[in-house]
Amino acid sequence: MTDTVLLTARDLTKRFGDFTAVDGIDVEVHKGESFGFLGPNGAGKSSTMRMIGGVSPVTSGELSIFGLDPATHGPQIRARLGNCPQKDLLDEELSVQENLWVYGRFFGLSRKEVRERATELLEFAQLSERRGDKVEPLSGGMKRRLVIARSLINNPELLLLDEPTTGLDPQARHVLWDRLFRLKRQGVTLIITTHYMDEAEQLCDRLVVMDKGRIAAEGSPRDLIVRYSTREVVEVRFDTDDHSAHADSLGGIGERMEVLPDRILLYADDGDAAGSAVHSRELAPLSVLVRRSTLEDVFLHLTGRTLVD
Amino acid sequence: MVGYALWRFVLLRDVVAFRRMWWLFLSGFVEPVFYLFSIGIGLGALVQTVTTDQGMVVSYAAFVAPAMLAASAMNGAIADTTYNFFFKLRFAKTYDTMLATPARPWDIAVGEILWSLIRGGTYSAIFFLVALVMGFVESWWAVLAIPAALLIGAAFAAMGMWATTYMTSWKDFEFINLVIQPMFLFSATFFPLSVYPEALQWLVRLMPLYHGVEIQRGLLLGDVHWGLLVSAAYLAGLAGLGLWGASRRISQLLLT
Amino acid sequence: MDATETTASTSVPERSRLAAGPRRDLGILERTGVLIEYHWLLFRRTLRGVLITRFLLPVLFLASMGLGVGSLVDENSGGVDGVPYLLYVVPGLVMVTAMQTAVGESTWPVMGFVKWNQFYRAMLNAPHSVADTLRAHWLMIAFNVATSALAFTLISALFGGVGSWWALLGTPIAVLTGMAFSTPLFVIAAKTDTDSVYSAIFRLVVTPLMLFSGAFFPIDQLPTWMQPFAWATPLWHGIELGRAAFLGGPVPDLWWVHVGVLTAYIVVGAAVSRRALRQRLVP
Ligand SMILES: Nc1ncnc2c1ncn2[C@@H]1O[C@H](COP(=O)(O)OP(=O)(O)OP(=O)(O)O)[C@@H](O)[C@H]1O
Ligand SMILES: [Mg+2]
Repeated sequence: MTDTVLLTARDLTKRFGDFTAVDGIDVEVHKGESFGFLGPNGAGKSSTMRMIGGVSPVTSGELSIFGLDPATHGPQIRARLGNCPQKDLLDEELSVQENLWVYGRFFGLSRKEVRERATELLEFAQLSERRGDKVEPLSGGMKRRLVIARSLINNPELLLLDEPTTGLDPQARHVLWDRLFRLKRQGVTLIITTHYMDEAEQLCDRLVVMDKGRIAAEGSPRDLIVRYSTREVVEVRFDTDDHSAHADSLGGIGERMEVLPDRILLYADDGDAAGSAVHSRELAPLSVLVRRSTLEDVFLHLTGRTLVD
Repeated sequence: MVGYALWRFVLLRDVVAFRRMWWLFLSGFVEPVFYLFSIGIGLGALVQTVTTDQGMVVSYAAFVAPAMLAASAMNGAIADTTYNFFFKLRFAKTYDTMLATPARPWDIAVGEILWSLIRGGTYSAIFFLVALVMGFVESWWAVLAIPAALLIGAAFAAMGMWATTYMTSWKDFEFINLVIQPMFLFSATFFPLSVYPEALQWLVRLMPLYHGVEIQRGLLLGDVHWGLLVSAAYLAGLAGLGLWGASRRISQLLLT
Repeated sequence: MDATETTASTSVPERSRLAAGPRRDLGILERTGVLIEYHWLLFRRTLRGVLITRFLLPVLFLASMGLGVGSLVDENSGGVDGVPYLLYVVPGLVMVTAMQTAVGESTWPVMGFVKWNQFYRAMLNAPHSVADTLRAHWLMIAFNVATSALAFTLISALFGGVGSWWALLGTPIAVLTGMAFSTPLFVIAAKTDTDSVYSAIFRLVVTPLMLFSGAFFPIDQLPTWMQPFAWATPLWHGIELGRAAFLGGPVPDLWWVHVGVLTAYIVVGAAVSRRALRQRLVP
């Protein structure tokens, strides 16, 4: 992998009126990398993506993509970019392949190029059989795959994926992840937003955790877990509406405790030991579950909130 | 469950949904009033008088006003039982939800048609008042004009609803336009039957709106004759036929 | 790839736009062309409806208003200003059709592209600007207005409702008239999310304009207080110009005022709509 910088953001800010959606973030994305924005609803992920996609003016700070400024070279940037927005933006009255053709023509590709490319991409998105069907009755997963295929029509060097798998069932998500892996292996640089930590762990080489328009932490998924969490976590549930009442009785187990409305989390490097410690106190919990630490825990630690509420 | 008159809930749902759109409801009546006003001061001055098919000589505006009353009853009924009905049937899936309750297709058809009659009837009543104020009502027979408008509305609502159950996309509504527009233009609305060649006159006599216009013209001008009963029977027959067809089709579509 | 490479179109060689690195820019003609191609695809899909609304309904309207009502008018007052009613009303109907076509194309479909399928955004994600998307859409609407005006003119000619070859000038006049409604109406899709506004526009604007702008009878028959309203709206100006063309003259003394008012509507409407849609689509 060559170490070329594809995207640089310095103190990047987006304001809507008085409201600051993106609050001075610094990001660098390298060629061939798969980079993630992880954050809860309203964190400012889509606002950032739209600025990168050249469809939303930067309020202040610097942004450069392929070494170009989107304010002055928006079309030149978009010509080399694939954009898979959060909302599908498909013309549901048209057929699957017509959606691809039309979009390819928007990029000034010749009719022949568009047709060839569409055939390849339908194969890639496993939609070849449905090519002549209208879009409207397709399943959510198929539509999402179609949008991703469409965003690849111009053979982009950088692909923006805003919540590519939100709303899909686990099976459909895995199919999509597989397609995204292939793209990455072909050398396409990916920028992905998500509020699923498993997705971020699966897909991203490097990611930033965003909250309220700011970057709370940055690093590889493993890095972040090592830095901000313990190796394992014990989840304890009681038969109660108020878990904080049980917090004291669990004191001293593990390195750190988080009390959530529906459970208590105990952070420990040796989860089994901590679990036994809980059992030995004879508190009669509903359940005690030992699991590996995830980005969710990182996020909780950094912001005091869960990702998906 | 039979006999519970569950159409009342279908109707209630419409009333509640429309309360938020009252201004749209009201704006519906201004259209025919605009027409009447325009014809009164505009074409009326150019045409001056017309001889009706019954041989009465009347001012042009007095000739057109009853036809507009019939047309507004038709339009009011058609709007609800075609476009809105289609949307609820195919997109909002309102009826799937309703049929999960003890309501039957018949209740849906009756409820929707009653709603469209309330709406169409309100338009007709307001229009009638405007015509009265402008001096186009010349007979006490006109007290029957509103019931007659409801009859016209019922015929079009039921037939429109039946036709809508066969539509598969918005594009099919072109066909409704294709039926309604010519009917509006050629049902002796703007000029008497005598203007047509003989063969076409018979074609016009087949149009439901023509019978609506005949009834309203007879009532408003006080030119009542037995033929109007035939017209009324024709419209009532269409209403019954449409209602039967619509509820049958709704069962076929939703209870599969 | 070298980050300092410029993308000026001259420095990019003639090659496929699929190759890595800077891509050849699309010129304004190419940008407009590829976007119109999409509208054309949609147009072809609705051809059946287009044929009905642009050819069949006008024939019916013409038969009813021109021949039916016309026979009553001619019998009683010998036409309007000495012109048989059919000849008088045809240019009015052409302009009314232009208005209806333009309004129809500038309301629900625009809201669709902004809000429902959001296809304008799809265009903006490709290398197009808001100005590009609007230019293409307006050109397509102008094409729609032109075809419906021309179709109506030709059909009227078959009915004997056209008195002069100058009637062909009615088509560009119809385009001006239609676009004077089209460009300002785009602002609504940018500013609101409820399409019921459009039903209200048809009932409260389009219908009264059709009835009171001199299409069916001269506006001096209107009460004096109503006449300024007719002067302020595009339809009356279009009808004045169109009627002169269809009757083969004379040229209205104030023809430049009519053209000026229509142009002003188009230009100001376009500027306002473009600004509003920019705020909405690229916030
Ligand atoms: N056009 C706009 N005008 C005003 N506020 C906006 C606009 N777009 C986004 N916002 C606000 O900016 C904030 C960040 O929105 P953004 O869509 O970037 O969040 P997100 O991280 O993508 O969230 P989600 O996970 O829900 O997609 C939100 O509070 C949102 O309401
Ligand atoms: Mg988002």
